[in-house]
Parts: sequence; structure tokens; C-alpha cells
Amino acid sequence: MKILTGNDLKSGAVTWWDGSGWSLHVEQAADVGDQGEAIIATEQAARRVVSAYIIDGEPGANGPRPAHIKDRIRALGPTVRLDLSLKPADANAGNWVI
Amino acid sequence: MVETQFRFRSDEPVGDPAVTVDSFGDQTNASAVRLEPGEDARDLLPYLDRIKLVEVNFPAYTDGRGYSAARILREAGYTGELRAVGDVLIDQLAMMRRCGFDSFAPNTELNTADAEAALGRYGDVYQPTTDGRVPLWTKRHG
Amino acid sequence: MYQYDQYDQALVDARVADFRDQVRRRLDGSLSEEQFRPLRLTNGLYLQLHAYMLRVAIPYGTLNSAQMRMLGDIADKYDRGYGHFTTRQNIQYNWIKLEEAPDILADLASVEMHAIQTSGNCIRNTTSDQYAGAAADEIVDPRPYAELIRQWSTFHPEFNYLPRKFKMAVIASDTDRAAMRLHDIGIQIVRNAAGELGAAFFVGGGMGRTPMIAPCLNGFVPISQMITYAEACLRVYNQHGRRDNKYKARIKILVHELGKEEYTRQVEAEFAHLLTQNIEPPAAELERIKTFFADPAFEAGAPDTLDRSNPAFAAWVDTNCLAHKQAGYIAVTISLKPVGGIPGDATSDQIRLMADLAKAYSFDELRVTHAQNIVLPHVKKADLFTLWQHLDAAGLGTANLDHIGDMIACPGLDYCSLANARSIPVAQKISERMAAKQHEIGELKLKISGCINACGHHHAGHIGILGVDRKGVENYQLSLGGCEGADTSLGTITGPGFDEDGIVNAVETATQVYLDHKQGGERFLDTYRRIGMAPFKEALYG
Repeated sequence: MKILTGNDLKSGAVTWWDGSGWSLHVEQAADVGDQGEAIIATEQAARRVVSAYIIDGEPGANGPRPAHIKDRIRALGPTVRLDLSLKPADANAGNWVI
Repeated sequence: MVETQFRFRSDEPVGDPAVTVDSFGDQTNASAVRLEPGEDARDLLPYLDRIKLVEVNFPAYTDGRGYSAARILREAGYTGELRAVGDVLIDQLAMMRRCGFDSFAPNTELNTADAEAALGRYGDVYQPTTDGRVPLWTKRHG
Repeated sequence: MYQYDQYDQALVDARVADFRDQVRRRLDGSLSEEQFRPLRLTNGLYLQLHAYMLRVAIPYGTLNSAQMRMLGDIADKYDRGYGHFTTRQNIQYNWIKLEEAPDILADLASVEMHAIQTSGNCIRNTTSDQYAGAAADEIVDPRPYAELIRQWSTFHPEFNYLPRKFKMAVIASDTDRAAMRLHDIGIQIVRNAAGELGAAFFVGGGMGRTPMIAPCLNGFVPISQMITYAEACLRVYNQHGRRDNKYKARIKILVHELGKEEYTRQVEAEFAHLLTQNIEPPAAELERIKTFFADPAFEAGAPDTLDRSNPAFAAWVDTNCLAHKQAGYIAVTISLKPVGGIPGDATSDQIRLMADLAKAYSFDELRVTHAQNIVLPHVKKADLFTLWQHLDAAGLGTANLDHIGDMIACPGLDYCSLANARSIPVAQKISERMAAKQHEIGELKLKISGCINACGHHHAGHIGILGVDRKGVENYQLSLGGCEGADTSLGTITGPGFDEDGIVNAVETATQVYLDHKQGGERFLDTYRRIGMAPFKEALYG
């Protein structure tokens, strides 16, 4: 599946296109099919996202899992500071990245 | 031809089209020349007395070669019009002025208020160019 | 250290106003991201893996306690309670919001700090020797010259859109503690036979994809012409550096492709021209700057002995403390590499503690080293034990300077969108694996980069590690024999790469080969240079 990711212009937070807006949570990322470039163009022009790009994702029980480790790190947070990640209480979060 | 949006000279602008550096030598009537990035401004030094306008092209604002070209011309004593054309944005104007540019023909028209603010933002300068502003390291010592 | 006058302050304040306006124009759409990007980069603000990252300049690595305290407060107020000290003597914050960046710059300006030109294709922070003003072997303090270069290069109107970034370093001793020859321009302040000061210019060094050691272009430029010569080097680079290929755009490529002789000829010609333009600062300005770098009020006759009865203290003194030019004093390195820790990171509390300790024990001065540690340059030996106790209690007392535990690691894929692999977990695992043996091994500079950009300086590591992406999986190349001193050399790759566990084992194996072969007082690097790669290859790959 193809999903979109980028950063919030004002806060810099990593975001994922959920079909109608930008979510902080990769679990909500929507399959954009071949619409990715068009969505990115609209959303960047409207300043709702910056530096957006299309990535491959594997569907999973808890939502899409980005195909490349870099985007999984973006989705969660630094593997060496899981206390700063989106899931500080989840002991298995690091395994999902690697 | 892109409009000159800002001009800091009081003389009449040159009406002739700017010719390329290559052909300038042959065209003894030409008084305007256009310098592309990668061309050597020093090729123009033999003709400074008859050049009234040098256009320096910035096809991409990230290509900073035109800043060196401008300073080389001014350092050689060129007093004619030195115009920055092309991908010229507000945030480059002040530095371009310091390098010797006195007119600007940006591809996209700039917001005049923002441009004026940008040009006047820094009251002092650290290092000297031919623009006559006194660098701090001289100003500090009277 | 240098203090701003009203003019320096006004420029920094104007820059904050400038950037605040640029952010406004970005947020209201007047500036596109493409137009805004170089503007925010020239204020040190990257869009990075997790958020915006701000790189604050610490000119030639020197700061006072008020500035250090502010860096700690910024970490709390705008970030997530910690900062990362870098291999260019700067500090980075990883969780910055664009809308708050102008306020951060305003806070920095209130303590004479900024983030000007810490990114972008312009002249970056000029680095120097972390022991400047304390080292017995320097001929002068290099920092006034670095300060002169800072002013000359700040907002330089001709050199804001160079082909690529430009990094300079200044030293004033034969022992190169700043990796000077691995910079775009490295300057060594020297004396000629008549005792006059001059600048030896080394141009075209660097690491990254194509590491090169800078050749010496001119062994003696009179100090009164140093800035003019630098300007000549930059102008030739600005005109002729490659702009067609980002990976071939540094000055080292230009010097290599033209050849040292031709590049030098062009520089000398431009230099001769620029000498007619009167662009050099007046001698009075250098003299004014030097007054800020006079020796602090050392106490004459301060006791020069130490009570070494505490073994942990004695071990720390032996590794982390350097003899000072002034009897009774010592230069202290605070390790930011606790066993298993993240190299170069410090919490806001640790940063504020170091600020307080500098104020109490080091004439209010600290240095950031390019190996990601902090130096307190002028500590009285009589105060050393008390200082150590404070450091030890705060997790800042690790005795590992220049040992394998004192590794350099870039932020890597945990933080950096340019990276191919994570570097910090590798650093942590090696640190834990080798902790017990590191004193037996002795001096060993391990440097880890998460990608070919080499921010971890792996080419210059006695042992270097480079993270690569091997079909989507992190993989690590091992190199041996790099060195950054006066005998600068670039490391040689051992062979096929390793996975994360494999590289930790490989490093341990390499240190064992050294221990098995070392003669006399040889360091790892000496043994490697004597016996060559073969025994290491044999042990690593069988």
C-alpha cells in the first residue's frame, strides 16, 4: 500500500495522511493508491504539511507499518529514547521499529 | 524582457538590449552586456569605458557566482549600472546591494514594503565592499 | 572571552527580527518552502527526522556560564530537556517548533548567542583548540584569530550562496587538537624565523564521501594579510567550485581537480588583486579582540600538588586532566560519554550544573570539544577534588578521555534523515562491552558515522565505523588507522560489513589483536601502523 508522510509546518511533528487530514499516528495512515502526488501538492500549497512524500507500507493488525526503518523511526521516535517516543509506556514499541 | 523593479541610480536607464559577453567585443556600438554564471567578469574589463549596463543573471538564487562577478566589476572601477536579473528574492537584496548591484529585475514581482524592510534591516556591516559603508572593524577605531 | 559591543548586539538583534519576519512570511504563504528553506538554514534550523532541529553556534567552542545556563534553560523551555553537543563545537536541539524558533533566537541573543550560518551553503562556525589559553604548547591563543574570522565571515555579502558549506578551523600549536587539516580551510598560526606571526593556510580538506587531507597552500601569510588571503580562497571557490553535483561541490574537489598548484596560482592572483582593495581589518581591531583573551587572574603560587588517595579520583585525573601552562592549575575534560550513554548528550540539569561549576572553578569559562565533551580550561588543583565530586554525583565523572569509551558518534538514523543506519545503539553496545578493558587498551579514538556524510568523523578514527543501508537493512563497515592530528591519515576499510552485533564483536576483536601484538608503550594506532591490516583481517574474517 502507498501512504503519505510529512511534517507539520508549524510544529515540525511527523504526520501521516489519514484520508482527510494529517494525523500524528501512523496507525491511521490511509492507502492513497496513485493519488499521492496530487494530495501532496494540494496539502503543501495549503500549508497543512511540509516535506511530504510517498512511502510503501505493509498493512498490519494495528495499521500500516512503513516498509523502511527510517520511516518507522519517524513514526515512533528515537529508538534510543523510547521515553520520548509516541508510546513511552509500550515496552514492545522498539521491536515494531526494528 | 523582465521589468526592472528597483533602481538605485538617478541617471537614465540604458535602452539597448544586453548582448552576450561573447559577442560584446565585436559589437562596438553595444553598451549593455549580460553575464551568465560561469562567465568571467574580468573578460569585460577591457571594455569598461563603454559599458553602461551589466546584467548579471541568477537562473537560480542558490547560484551565488553573480555576487563575485559584481564585486570584481566594482573593484575594477566600473561605475555603470549593475543589474541583478532572474531568480532574485527579497532576502538577497541587501547582500546584492553590498556587492555593487544598483538595480534589480526579479522574475517575480517583489512586495515593495518587504523589500524596503529587508534593505534597511542591518545598520552596520562587519566587512568592507566597494559600497562605501564603513565596516565595524574600522568604525570601532575612529 | 569575547564580549559583544553594541554593534555586535545590534546585528544579532536585527537578525532575530529578520528571521521573525521570514517565519511570518512562510506561515502566511508569501514564501514557499523552497524560498524559505535556505533562509531558515542560514539560521541553523533544519527540518529533521522528528521535528525541526536547531543548531546553535558556539564560536570556536567557547562560552561562559550565563550562556551555558541559557542553553540548559532552552532545552527545558522549548525542547525535551536535553541538548546534543556536536563535532563542530556547537549544540543541537531536536524537538523544535518553527513558530517558537524566533523566540529561541531572541533568548539566545540576550546572552550574546545566535544560530547564524550554522547551516546552508555559507561559511559555518570556525572551530579551534579546546585547550586554547591553557595549553603549554600553543604559541599564542588561536581564538582572537578565530573571532576575527567569525566577524569577517558573518553576513559576508559575497559568500552566502557558495557551492556548498564551508568549514574553517584555527590552531596555534604543532599538536593539532582541532582536526585542522580535515577542514575546507585550516589555519595554523605560526612564527617565522624573525619571530613574526603568520598564518599557514591548509585548503581543501574534508571528510564525507571523498575524504581528503588539506595541502598547505602557503606556509606563511603575514597576520596582517590573513583575512585578505581567506577572501581570495573563498572567491576562487565561489566562482569555480562545482555546482552541477552536490557530492562534488566542496572546495576539496576543486583543489583536487585543479591540482594544488593551479588552485594556489589562482588564489595568489586574486590575493594580489585584493591587497589593492584594502579589505583587511586594521591591526587595532585584532588588538581590541585580544584584550578579551588575556589570561584570567591566575593565583600565583597556587599549590601544584594533588591528593591522589581516592583511587577513582586519581584514575579520573590521569585520564581526563591535562597539564596547564600555569603552575597550580589544570585543564579538565568533562566526559559526556557515560558507559552505555548517548555520546554528546547532556540533560538540562547537567548543562546548568556545568555552568555553575565553570563559574565557581574555571573563571566562568567552558569549551565544547569536537569530540563532543566539555572542557573547564582553568581549574585550580586545590579545587579539583571538590569539582570531581560534583561531576561524579551528576554522572559527569566518567574517566575515559581519548579511550574507547570516549567515542564520537553522530546522531545517526535515530535522529537524522540523512542517515542510513543508527549509530547511537552501536556506540552504547560498544561502550558497555569494552568498559572493563578500556584502560588496559589505552588511547583509542573510535568514531562512528551513520552515513557517508561523516559527521561522526569516522575517516579520522583509529577505529572508524560507517553505517550503510544494505538492501534496507542496517550494516556497518569497519575501518582502521585514521588519525586527525599533525600526522593526519584516513582509515582503511577492513573488508565486508557487519550487522549490529557483528560490528560490536569486530571492534572487540580488533582491540584484542592490538593487545596481542603491542610492543612497549604502543597505542592501538601505533601497533596498527607497524603491523598493518593483515593480522586484523585474519582475526576478523578468518
